[in-house]
Amino acid sequence: MRLIKVCATAITVGVVAAALAACSSSKSSKDSHPTLTYWASNQGTSLENDKQILQPRLDAFEKQTGIKVNVEVVPWSDLLNRILAATTSGKGPDVLNIGNTWSASLQATGAFTQFDDATMAKIGGKDRFLSGSLSATGAPGKPPTAVPLYSLAYGLYYNKKQFAAAGISQPPATWDELVADGKKLTTNGHWGLSIEGASVSENIHAAFTLSQQQGGAFFDASGKATFNTPQNVAAIKQYLDFIQQDKITNPSDAEYSKGTEALSDYATGKTSMVIWQAAAGSLKQLGMDAADIGVAPVPLPDPMPAGGKKVTSIVAGINLAVFKGSKHQDADLQFVKFMTSTPEQQVLNKTYGSLPTVADAYSDPAFQTPAVATFKSILSSTAAPMPAVAQESQYETLVGTAMNNLFADAATGKNVTDQAIANALTAAQQQLTG
Amino acid sequence: MVDTVERSTRVAAPGTPVPRRRRRPRRELLPYLLLAPAILFELLIHIVPMGVGVFISLLHLTQFNLHDWRHAPFAGTGNYRVALNFDQAAGKALLHSFWVTFAYTALVLAISWLFGMAGAVFTQHTFRGRGLVRTAFLIPYALPMFAAVITWNFMLQRDTGAVNHILVDDLHLMHSRPFWLIGPNSFVSLVLVAVWRNWPFAFLIITAGLQSIRADLYEAAAIDGAGVIGQIRYVTLPMLRPVNRVLILVLFLWTFNDFTTPYTLFGKSAPHAADLISIHIYQSSFVTWNFGVGSAMSVLLLGFLLLVTGIYLSAFRARSDDYA
Amino acid sequence: MREPTWFRWTRRIGLAVLLAFTLLPVYVMLTTSLKPLRDVQSSFRWWPSRPTVRPFFDMWHTIPLARYFVNSLIVSCLASVASVLVALVAAYAVSRYRFRGRQVFSIVVLSTQMFPGILFLLPLYVIFVDIGNSTGITLYGSRVGLIITYLTFTLPFAIWMLIGYLDSIPRELDEAAKVDGNGPMGAFIRVVIPAAVPGVVAVLIYAFMTAWGEVLFASVLTDDSTRTLAVGLQGYATQNNVYWNQVMAASLIVSIPVAVGFLVLQRYLVAGMTAGSIK
Repeated sequence: MRLIKVCATAITVGVVAAALAACSSSKSSKDSHPTLTYWASNQGTSLENDKQILQPRLDAFEKQTGIKVNVEVVPWSDLLNRILAATTSGKGPDVLNIGNTWSASLQATGAFTQFDDATMAKIGGKDRFLSGSLSATGAPGKPPTAVPLYSLAYGLYYNKKQFAAAGISQPPATWDELVADGKKLTTNGHWGLSIEGASVSENIHAAFTLSQQQGGAFFDASGKATFNTPQNVAAIKQYLDFIQQDKITNPSDAEYSKGTEALSDYATGKTSMVIWQAAAGSLKQLGMDAADIGVAPVPLPDPMPAGGKKVTSIVAGINLAVFKGSKHQDADLQFVKFMTSTPEQQVLNKTYGSLPTVADAYSDPAFQTPAVATFKSILSSTAAPMPAVAQESQYETLVGTAMNNLFADAATGKNVTDQAIANALTAAQQQLTG
Repeated sequence: MVDTVERSTRVAAPGTPVPRRRRRPRRELLPYLLLAPAILFELLIHIVPMGVGVFISLLHLTQFNLHDWRHAPFAGTGNYRVALNFDQAAGKALLHSFWVTFAYTALVLAISWLFGMAGAVFTQHTFRGRGLVRTAFLIPYALPMFAAVITWNFMLQRDTGAVNHILVDDLHLMHSRPFWLIGPNSFVSLVLVAVWRNWPFAFLIITAGLQSIRADLYEAAAIDGAGVIGQIRYVTLPMLRPVNRVLILVLFLWTFNDFTTPYTLFGKSAPHAADLISIHIYQSSFVTWNFGVGSAMSVLLLGFLLLVTGIYLSAFRARSDDYA
Repeated sequence: MREPTWFRWTRRIGLAVLLAFTLLPVYVMLTTSLKPLRDVQSSFRWWPSRPTVRPFFDMWHTIPLARYFVNSLIVSCLASVASVLVALVAAYAVSRYRFRGRQVFSIVVLSTQMFPGILFLLPLYVIFVDIGNSTGITLYGSRVGLIITYLTFTLPFAIWMLIGYLDSIPRELDEAAKVDGNGPMGAFIRVVIPAAVPGVVAVLIYAFMTAWGEVLFASVLTDDSTRTLAVGLQGYATQNNVYWNQVMAASLIVSIPVAVGFLVLQRYLVAGMTAGSIK
């Protein structure tokens, strides 16, 4: 019986499994050319794809400076938790990507190096960056907690061919027009607009933009939560009504949670419009004919409600932060400088289909297409940063989740009233803690 | 390391027989030595972290002070009051998810047991292909959980899923396609997936239990005029009682604490109707970053489980002198 | 015993329904893995429009599947073997010795079985980090940390099952071995363990399956290089697309060895489990 023999010999080994632990711990190395760890978010078509895109850049950086960078691409589902874990333990990467809407929340943890003026000077100065991109790097009045790396904005993608076929010559500029066009385009099995209805982040971004247009806010000037205001209710109601009242959105969209499905429906021609962040790369990958793709700013209400702001997008994008616990801050900053340098900004943003965050990078002809021009003008004139309060990520989760459930109600035939929305917002606000 | 291994070998397995008198104290020591590794791991992974968890439940711990969590402001019973204030949203949501979990556990237990029992009784007597059927029944249990649940998620999608295809397009049982992953039906889906996953375990255990029932008991019952139903009622069920007792307890604990199924099926934010307590606490602590309240909720949950299990076990005191 | 006709039909129909319910996802998994991505994104179809094995090749490039697989294998194997060894000696002590604290031990260990994992996820994390900071032993992010965690998760049930099993082995066997000149440990290794093989295998399967499928702790306690399959498979849902066909292909491939192993060894599981519960 060999099994017994194995057991007998292994018994002693197993009992001291703790001793094993001792054998597996020799990692740190301290030499003049430090090795940096870089956490990149998933921007490309897959984790491996990101690695393939980033590796040549990191090799170029090593050649320039002698500093080696190990990259780990962290999926979005894990990123916030991993960052949190790193701030708890003080053991994290040296440089990392953060969603720019998390900036203020993460700033409050005090785990990242502040980009005060002296630090900014080391990476080439504040003025290189677009002011729009820079507006989502932390709480106002405080030194940024990160610098912008890739910028994104929401636009209204429409299918030119389907618009022409329906006799619509221009993309809608107001919501009334969008609903009217949507109704024309909605036929048996085909829908006007697709929505990622069970995605917390898509929902919260839409709610924020629409609330801005209504003149609402989720936090007042002092940073106090004001979820349950008539403006916010109206904003969310308007969004739900695409399914509930206007019926230009497939109720099935209330189930879309992966952050890809609404776009995929648009790309495959099942819907004619989708409100999405710059998505040229994804659309190409999904096989959509470039000639059919049209981009316009997200519509505005007409007439504008009292106090309404001309906001058509959040300032979306990815920021680059330096971990305070990192032992080689100078090398980290060199890397930040490198990643935000004009040539790297051009290469990376071109590959990912996002927008450069430094003004000089736009000299590249690739960023002078009509689509990029549209997004650039949105970003510089009609994009607003998400609330820069410490509770921002909680707010995203709570209100976004509430909207998931409201969408589910609307899709399953329950009539979602203003009162129901107000109740959901009140409940979300009660769960907010500071 | 090698050193340690040898030393522990010597302690654990005294090679040569030792004179009787000197052996007595060692024999007293031996059981403790044998338990030492188990105790060590239990302390490291279960007991100490639980203590820390209880400690955290008394803190006002959020992401802002997490890096220095030992010095987070003391909240006393504040977190418990938040969790148990059923007039406020947090408490209401906790209570709701408790009832959801309760209903979920009860249904999964009942249906899994029923299926397991049916499967076991139906395969009790030999027929052609019995081995194959039995093996097929065990597949859900053999598949890695995440792989199976991901598949279910795919099947339960409204427009592209197999379930609606079967119900609406093939069997024409419904006119419009129902949602399975959002709305009230999400609870049904959750139960369905959990039953699919758990009933093979019930089947396995009950099958084993059936094998230990002596055939002459059935014969005696048949002579007394019992039919199939009668035999199940008067022989099978009573004889299975000890097996069932353990089965139910094990399934209860696995189902009540289940995290993988809802998390893989619905992601980080579960639909309201399927907001199981494990996922609810996960969201409270790891998604909204309110670790104090999250820990308080877990401590309450633990208290509840200890209570239920305690009551259950003492109700079946008959078995208790076995080891506990 | 003669089976009445009505019961025969109930049995057949019941078995058919149970089989359909059980095998449907397996069928879907299999056919989806052979579908081109386009099929997966449109309405469900029972058979691929154009069967392809591409997903089985593509899946290796979308995520580092091979590495996740190896990680899962290492973690699950070592955790289950270690769990069995630790549980076996503990169960032997409880089963064969009467000593002070025996009851307390049994009760405490068993009650840890019902600890909700979520309660000590964060504490365990900070403890691992603290151990790392004070002793230099890397538990966080390492396989060792995960192995120790999983081995402990399965300990209560493993100990409980093995106590049951060892109790069912007649003590006369040990005594006979001791008469033959073996010490208590000699008797344990030469006589008790061989007799306990079914129980040991049962525990091994249970511990392996638990470790293999665990998601919650793996998502927090691992990093890129140590990530296990249960967490890693989420990587097929990327920024752009959910590669359902690759998810299914990968699930299938990683399931086959485990499922086959389980099905081959399941009779041990039955023996081990029932010895613990019926006596």
